[in-house]
Amino acid sequence: METRELTCIRCPIGCHITVELENGEVRSVSGNSCPRGEEYASNEVTHPMRTVTSLVRLKNGKRPVVSVKTKSDVPKEKMMDVVKALKEIELTAPVKIGDIAAENVADTGVDVIVTSNDD
Amino acid sequence: MKDVTIIGAGVTGSAIARELSRLDLDILVLEKESDVCEGTSKANSGIVHSGYDAKPGTLKAKFNVEGNKLIHELSKTLDFPFKENGSLVLALEEEGRAGIEALLERGKANGVPGLRILEKEELLKMEPGVSKNAVCALYAPSGGIVCPFNMTIAFAENAVDNGVIFEFDTAVKNIIGKTSEDGEVYYSIETTTGIVESKVVINAAGVYSDVFHNMVSEDKIHITPRKGEYLLMDKAAGDLVKSTLFQLPSKLGKGVLVTPTVHGNLMVGPTAESIEDPEDTSTSAEGLGLLFERGALSVESLPRLTITSFAGLRAHEDGGDFIIGEVKDSPGFIDAAGIESPGLTAAPAIGVCVAGLVKNILKASDKKDFISTRKGIPSMALATPEERAALIASDPSYAHVICRCELVTEGEIKNAINRTLGARTVDGIKRRTRAGMGRCQTGFCLARTIPLLAEALGVDEEEITKSGKGSYYIEGKIKDSL
Amino acid sequence: MADKKADLIIIGGGPAGLAAAASARKEGLQDILILERDTRLGGILNQCIHNGFGLHTFKEELTGPEYAARFIKQIEDEKIPYMLDTMVVDISSSEDGIKTVTAMNPDEGLFTIDARAVILAMGCRERPRGALNIPGFRPSGIYSAGTAQYYVNIEGRMPGKRVVILGSGDIGLIMARRMTYEGAKVLCVAELQPYSGGLKRNIVQCLDDFDIPLLLSHTVVDIKGKKRVEGVTIAEVDENRKPIPGTEVYYECDTLLLSCGLIPENELSGKLGVRMNPVTNGAFVNESLETSVPGVFACGNVLHVHDLVDYVSGEASLAGKNAADYIRGEQLSDGEVINIKTENGVRYSVPSVVRSGHMPDTLTVRFRVGNEYRDTNLAVYLDDEKLMKLPKRVMAPGEMEQIILVKSKVMDILSRSDRSEHEVVIRVED
Repeated sequence: METRELTCIRCPIGCHITVELENGEVRSVSGNSCPRGEEYASNEVTHPMRTVTSLVRLKNGKRPVVSVKTKSDVPKEKMMDVVKALKEIELTAPVKIGDIAAENVADTGVDVIVTSNDD
Repeated sequence: MKDVTIIGAGVTGSAIARELSRLDLDILVLEKESDVCEGTSKANSGIVHSGYDAKPGTLKAKFNVEGNKLIHELSKTLDFPFKENGSLVLALEEEGRAGIEALLERGKANGVPGLRILEKEELLKMEPGVSKNAVCALYAPSGGIVCPFNMTIAFAENAVDNGVIFEFDTAVKNIIGKTSEDGEVYYSIETTTGIVESKVVINAAGVYSDVFHNMVSEDKIHITPRKGEYLLMDKAAGDLVKSTLFQLPSKLGKGVLVTPTVHGNLMVGPTAESIEDPEDTSTSAEGLGLLFERGALSVESLPRLTITSFAGLRAHEDGGDFIIGEVKDSPGFIDAAGIESPGLTAAPAIGVCVAGLVKNILKASDKKDFISTRKGIPSMALATPEERAALIASDPSYAHVICRCELVTEGEIKNAINRTLGARTVDGIKRRTRAGMGRCQTGFCLARTIPLLAEALGVDEEEITKSGKGSYYIEGKIKDSL
Repeated sequence: MADKKADLIIIGGGPAGLAAAASARKEGLQDILILERDTRLGGILNQCIHNGFGLHTFKEELTGPEYAARFIKQIEDEKIPYMLDTMVVDISSSEDGIKTVTAMNPDEGLFTIDARAVILAMGCRERPRGALNIPGFRPSGIYSAGTAQYYVNIEGRMPGKRVVILGSGDIGLIMARRMTYEGAKVLCVAELQPYSGGLKRNIVQCLDDFDIPLLLSHTVVDIKGKKRVEGVTIAEVDENRKPIPGTEVYYECDTLLLSCGLIPENELSGKLGVRMNPVTNGAFVNESLETSVPGVFACGNVLHVHDLVDYVSGEASLAGKNAADYIRGEQLSDGEVINIKTENGVRYSVPSVVRSGHMPDTLTVRFRVGNEYRDTNLAVYLDDEKLMKLPKRVMAPGEMEQIILVKSKVMDILSRSDRSEHEVVIRVED
């Protein structure tokens, strides 16, 4: 039996979670204060995922860039691929929260959406 | 061929330029940095000394007392911040009394007005924040505090208004004395941007003044840069004392001063350390620690409210006095060298003296249309409600706050950029308007100042610097290097 | 005679001001005016483009601008008036309780507004280099983390390419990731204290994810470069936070970011004569978040620096409600006055005093500890009777703590207490 200690990053409380693994399979999760923690811990020890927040260039806006995020988590090892893919993207104002900035970014199957309004 | 070329746009060079601009002459100022007031003049105590400290008979004594009087007038005609707050030399132990009495005598010999000794009771009544260990003090009512930046800038601006030309980012590499076909002596000055020929050269080059002197004279001088570190404290500490507090030199050393600044901060300094490198304006952990320790001796309780620390270099000549005058073996080459404390106070008097020398040498006549006054940048922070309303009516950008700590508006910053000898760098704006001088130290206003400068100068924000070439702020756009 | 009038003026249109305004309107207050110095509402959230906001308030994870947008929508929907680009330059309180706010903007110039109540929601600022006494040169390339964040996230420009970060406050940690995402190399984060000043989750996902080392008990002892930063020297510090000779390591870099603490921005509070707490640099407030000046309330980071915007919103809602009550002139007797005393590792509390007559059924008291504690307890006493003892696995200065006082329990103890001065004590115990 293998034990892993984690800090949950699902919310800023940062619960200290203990995961017990056997042959790479999660046996138990403890220390979390909500179901999201359990999900996080299980994923983190098997296939860690992250939300990526970044910027893309914006044409004709009040500001030259606009903030974006992956609509859901992407594999942790794909984080830098995601921001690199965003380098090529330029949106044109007006943009609003929820607009799609990029589809299936870096072949993750996840879209990137706008997180600020600029009109 | 220029009539006069001044090397150095510090307070000495600028004061000389301003006095010379009364004369009908073609005058050039060469400065290696990108603005006036970039060397010793920007990092000093900002004190207008009354003049009891220098040995009677020295140039320091003479120019100090004269300069003090001139600053009282010039602060009005040239509109720069000055306050006659008085200074006190504290004896912190009984054995210091003799030293205080000696200073009183010296001050009288130097012609300092109003000096007297305060006993403990009167001292503490006048300055309740002073350390209870103080035994007595020498009180010099004519001591004052000045904004060294705006004094220098005021001299330079007024000089420009009267026709003087300032060349920045131009360092002098060599100076060669020559004789023209008709037997007149002149100088060929090799700079980083070309050759300048000039009938008269004035050496106001601060810590480099020995270098230029020695290029043209066999009678060598030697400058040692002396580093002085300072702590600047929040305005919340600014009313700890009203006067400038000096310490009587004791076995602990020369002592440090604790003073309000003319803008209402509290300053502690300087340390004194002889160094080799005339560019080394770094502060040290030891120096900053020492300042706290020594400064705390003068007052009952020194608050820990430092907002910034800095170091300046003083040009100490081996002989210990200012060197002012025409160099014997180089006619037309005039030194204003070894200008250390009380150099800031002395500067206007040095200016008058040097201008007199030049007038004689070149047989120059007075300019008929000399402009004797100059108006500073309006300050929303200091303005009355009526003045504020009037400024906003003249330009609504006076209602747009850029620096919130010091309440500096877009209108003031635009004024600083667009006026005579306008600011070209972030430090230039800071010294002219106080944007970024406050407790957050540009944390908020930097990102607002840079775009204003870029727009006014018609360049990209990447071109904007803190203090000239190499001191850029921005390095490309996001994701450039991905 | 003032140029304008309002029942309630809220100074600051960031997360605290917005939540306070929305809450005061919910209480039925009509005449509200928000004064915001920036060109849009939202405050610092506009530049906090990372996620992690809103889990308490909206039960979903939002970025800063998205979180702000939710509140801005409430303000717009409720048609609560606000003025942008407007700087408050002075504030005073007269004997009849009227507060006069002097403000200016380029459209209307300088003007005064009379208000019956004021909510201070000005936020905080970053501690500058000078306050840290870092020796060395003073070149360009030294930024507070928030300034760098503005440059990157709002202007889309890079303040540098090779970065060292001093201080492990949350903005510094967040910027380590942001700079990396935008193409910079972050060499390390040095932290003077033996513990991080930021949230654990930020250390995991902003540093560990990118293999950026966190050097605890380290500080910058020298800055090289006369024009632009060329490098910094970092040394380990001893238990007195003094650098240990011989541990210096030089890092070649062009940028030093400082994330060494936030200070509430209370210049205006000072002008009003509000009594200030030297520990928080914010005002002393009672259970209603009212300062020592009646009718002047404070909330958010101007009161005490929070880690979570959700807590700011909660606190500000309470301030908004209480200000509305004050304006309605609700007459409650103060009841018993209970001072909250913090000791043995607890540095301060907000509020610092509770009037039982104004106490809600449950009252949240927030505070920070001064050191890192493992496997200890938080003990709370009222007039020497134990109210609670909560086991705590970890407490750290970077993470705000809270307890909830239950009114019925408090009143019960007060009824039995024969003390003339009542006191709640919050302390760390084994």
